[in-house]
Amino acid sequence: MGALQSLSDEPEYRELAEKTGFSFEQIGILHKRFKQLSHNEDMLRRADLDTIPDLACNPIRTQIIEAFFDKRNFHQNGDGTVEEISFEEFLVVMSHFRPPALNMTEEQREKVRREKLRFLFNMHDTDNDGTITLEEYRHVVEELLSRSGALGKETAKGIADAAMLEVASISMGHMEPDEFYEGITFEHFLKILKDIEIETKMNIRFLNMDTTTLCK
Amino acid sequence: MPAFSCAFPGCRRDLLVIVLVVFVGIGLPIEASAPAYQSHGTEGSHLTNITNTKKAFPVLAVNYEHVRKPFEIALWILLALLMKLGFHLIPRLSAVVPESCLLIVVGLLVGGLIKVIGEEPPVLDSQLFFLCLLPPIILDAGYFLPIRPFTENVGTILVFAVIGTLWNAFFMGGLLYALCQIESVGLSGVDLLACLLFGSIVSAVDPVAVLAVFEEIHINELVHILVFGESLLNDAVTVVLYNLFEEFSKVGTVTVLDVFLGVVCFFVVSLGGVLVGAIYGFLAAFTSRFTSHTRVIEPLFVFLYSYMAYLSSEMFHLSGIMALIACGVVMRPYVEANISHKSYTTIKYFLKMWSSVSETLIFIFLGVSTVAGPHAWNWTFVITTVILCLVSRVLGVIGLTFIINKFRIVKLTKKDQFIVAYGGLRGAIAFSLGYLLSNSHQMRNLFLTAIITVIFFTVFVQGMTIRPLVELLAVKKKKESKPSINEEIHTEFLDHLLTGVEGVCGHYGHYHWKEKLNRFNKTYVKRWLIAGENFKEPELIAFYRKMELKQAIMMVESGQLPSVLPSTISMQNIQPRAIPRVSKKREEEIRRILRANLQNNKQKMRSRSYSRHTLFDADEEDNVSEVRLRKTKMEMERRVSVMERRMSHYLTVPANRESPRPGVRRVRFESDNQVFSADSFPTVHFEQPSPPSTPDAVSLEEEEEEEVPKRPSLKADIEGPRGNASDNHQGELDYQRLARCLSDPGPNKDKEDDDPFMSC
Repeated sequence: MGALQSLSDEPEYRELAEKTGFSFEQIGILHKRFKQLSHNEDMLRRADLDTIPDLACNPIRTQIIEAFFDKRNFHQNGDGTVEEISFEEFLVVMSHFRPPALNMTEEQREKVRREKLRFLFNMHDTDNDGTITLEEYRHVVEELLSRSGALGKETAKGIADAAMLEVASISMGHMEPDEFYEGITFEHFLKILKDIEIETKMNIRFLNMDTTTLCK
Repeated sequence: MPAFSCAFPGCRRDLLVIVLVVFVGIGLPIEASAPAYQSHGTEGSHLTNITNTKKAFPVLAVNYEHVRKPFEIALWILLALLMKLGFHLIPRLSAVVPESCLLIVVGLLVGGLIKVIGEEPPVLDSQLFFLCLLPPIILDAGYFLPIRPFTENVGTILVFAVIGTLWNAFFMGGLLYALCQIESVGLSGVDLLACLLFGSIVSAVDPVAVLAVFEEIHINELVHILVFGESLLNDAVTVVLYNLFEEFSKVGTVTVLDVFLGVVCFFVVSLGGVLVGAIYGFLAAFTSRFTSHTRVIEPLFVFLYSYMAYLSSEMFHLSGIMALIACGVVMRPYVEANISHKSYTTIKYFLKMWSSVSETLIFIFLGVSTVAGPHAWNWTFVITTVILCLVSRVLGVIGLTFIINKFRIVKLTKKDQFIVAYGGLRGAIAFSLGYLLSNSHQMRNLFLTAIITVIFFTVFVQGMTIRPLVELLAVKKKKESKPSINEEIHTEFLDHLLTGVEGVCGHYGHYHWKEKLNRFNKTYVKRWLIAGENFKEPELIAFYRKMELKQAIMMVESGQLPSVLPSTISMQNIQPRAIPRVSKKREEEIRRILRANLQNNKQKMRSRSYSRHTLFDADEEDNVSEVRLRKTKMEMERRVSVMERRMSHYLTVPANRESPRPGVRRVRFESDNQVFSADSFPTVHFEQPSPPSTPDAVSLEEEEEEEVPKRPSLKADIEGPRGNASDNHQGELDYQRLARCLSDPGPNKDKEDDDPFMSC
């Protein structure tokens, strides 16, 4: 069944495969999932993603859903958010989670790392001004801790402040007491997270075989 | 001998002293045994002729037999540790030769010495090895096993451990049997089962040797956990294969039913071991929930439960190593949430100490046993064994990686494969298993010799060359990174993100199940196993508090505010215009109160009586609160001085919390006690200080700007005290925190604000 479908969409799939790097089978499966989520329409809306039960207990689900509708993640130098996305844009967002290929050169790995970190950065930088301010960072930590009970706001603030201090210390080194650290730029973000090896961590397994009928 | 090339003259003398100590220690039992018999003789006659001969009262007498056993044990351990000490004093040696090699050489020397004297050198008794020497090392490894990389790679590790070991055993056993069939070798008496038995003994990668060598090369986390995990998990396979072939070689024939039973046995052994370990782990966690009043014995629970898990599973012929690992892994998160900081440190240090001693003793005994043991040398057999070991390992790793890479997200590169293959060291477990073979095996001596040769080869050749090879191939090394709160935040963020994206994709992957396990853990398990309210605490907060505690301790030790990253950046650089305002009078009051309370605390602590049954972990927590206090005070002072400076330049005015009149912003000077207020930029009006508006409460006022205009030069928003409620709250909270820090904890109260989960 899946094979028949992919045969008919062959030329489009090829273009998508080239753009995003997925294989035909993976694209086919993701297309099925897209149709399932959007109730067989061509465009996906926020409300469709809201209905996924697995996301219900995720503390950062709003950010995740927003990331799908964020034009900065569509690799088209766009800005702002959209209300609904097509399958192609869905696929482009998903391609951020593909693992790097086995025989990549160092520069290619670096490129992949930048791309993934850019995705994370966009998730934090909600007002799209190129920096993550203290408020935005506090919001991130609050959301992370929101599911974890009432200890919440003050500790979240403390943690975010400490984290910000750390970034400032690493990136700026020395600052006069009068100076003000505006926010984390993308370059600083890269610097503080370069030890995480994000290209090996930020991946999920994309299936080559269809199991979407087994789970919702 | 490399051991004698000393860098400085003194060490030669030291070595001589050590050798003399050894001599004396060995000489004593020989001499002491002689007078012991004499004294028995005289005593017998003494009793019968009591009145006849009156001996002088023995003022000084030697009775060595009385203390013989413990004396010898202590002497051996002392020797081992002195050797270890000696190696690290010789600078260049420890950089080139791994410690395990040196220790084996020492063992050889000591064994040689003993033989020269004419005594029988002690052999590594298998029971001693398996029951006393091995458990501490495995417990240390299991308790501190890095869980995240282990669970991420558990599939790969299992494939290497189970299928890799099986492949090694059969490949080697089969080829050796083929070798023995060749007439010229002269070993035609060896049958297939004996060869397979030998293969199964030699094929297992040894955790002790791997730990000893890999500790020193600091390789990257992935390869380390692969080799190390494999060495731990292949114990089940080894146990089953060994028992299987031992049974069969006695009987002589194998049926299909036996093979099937063997497979079933494997599952029983491994899963049973894990189950036993998990049960004891939960018991330990549950016990630790109630130890808040008897902190001194907390570490003992950890050790004893783990040892019981090991012994229980050995009793049933299950895999003791897997039981120990399971126990450590299961018990750790809950125990650490319950026990005090001191107990945690005790556990850590005792485990490291015991495992270090065990490892040293094992290697020395290996050396001694080599000199002692019965040997039967056969060039072809031994050389072929060594070569086959290498070949089968390489082939196995390459073949398995080819299959595994199809299922891994992050593939294993050729370099990784090489290190995994080259790091497959054999060690003392193989020797002990060989020693356990009953004497009825006609090839026992030959096997023992071959095993020892393989061990020597892997430990010496591979152990010594792996470090330069790692450098040569530029294999990724372990990053020496400080715990960074940003990385911690993002690791947790990534977990949730990936779970969410998996949800969007619609398939149940790795992260989905991990999330489910976490939720189950939090709602059901933690409730039972963690004392007090701490089970609700999320990981991120625990991490943050650990960092705070570490900083506080560093400050206490060094006597000043620590800078983890030496810089002058502090809160005011990142918080948009966070200017607290404290009047000078208030500040003086605060200082007085703080000083008075600190005095009180100190006096009370000194007057507590010493008691063996209570450990004052209240001390450390008091120190921490004192430190926090100092920190807050310093912050305050700094802010106040900064504010002074700013007031001369800036015209922005933050909102005033206590202002009874909304819409007007006030500012306080600590020096003049005047009130400045501005309703619009850039004019500033001066007003007379109005006494009713002076706040009575001592509050640390910390300003948080609600909506900061992007440009620091300042449009004064004349909004009402919008942030008042939250600011007030913040101020209140700070004050409360201070007050709590200052309050006397009392003799039995261990529950201070951040108790017991503060563990690094």
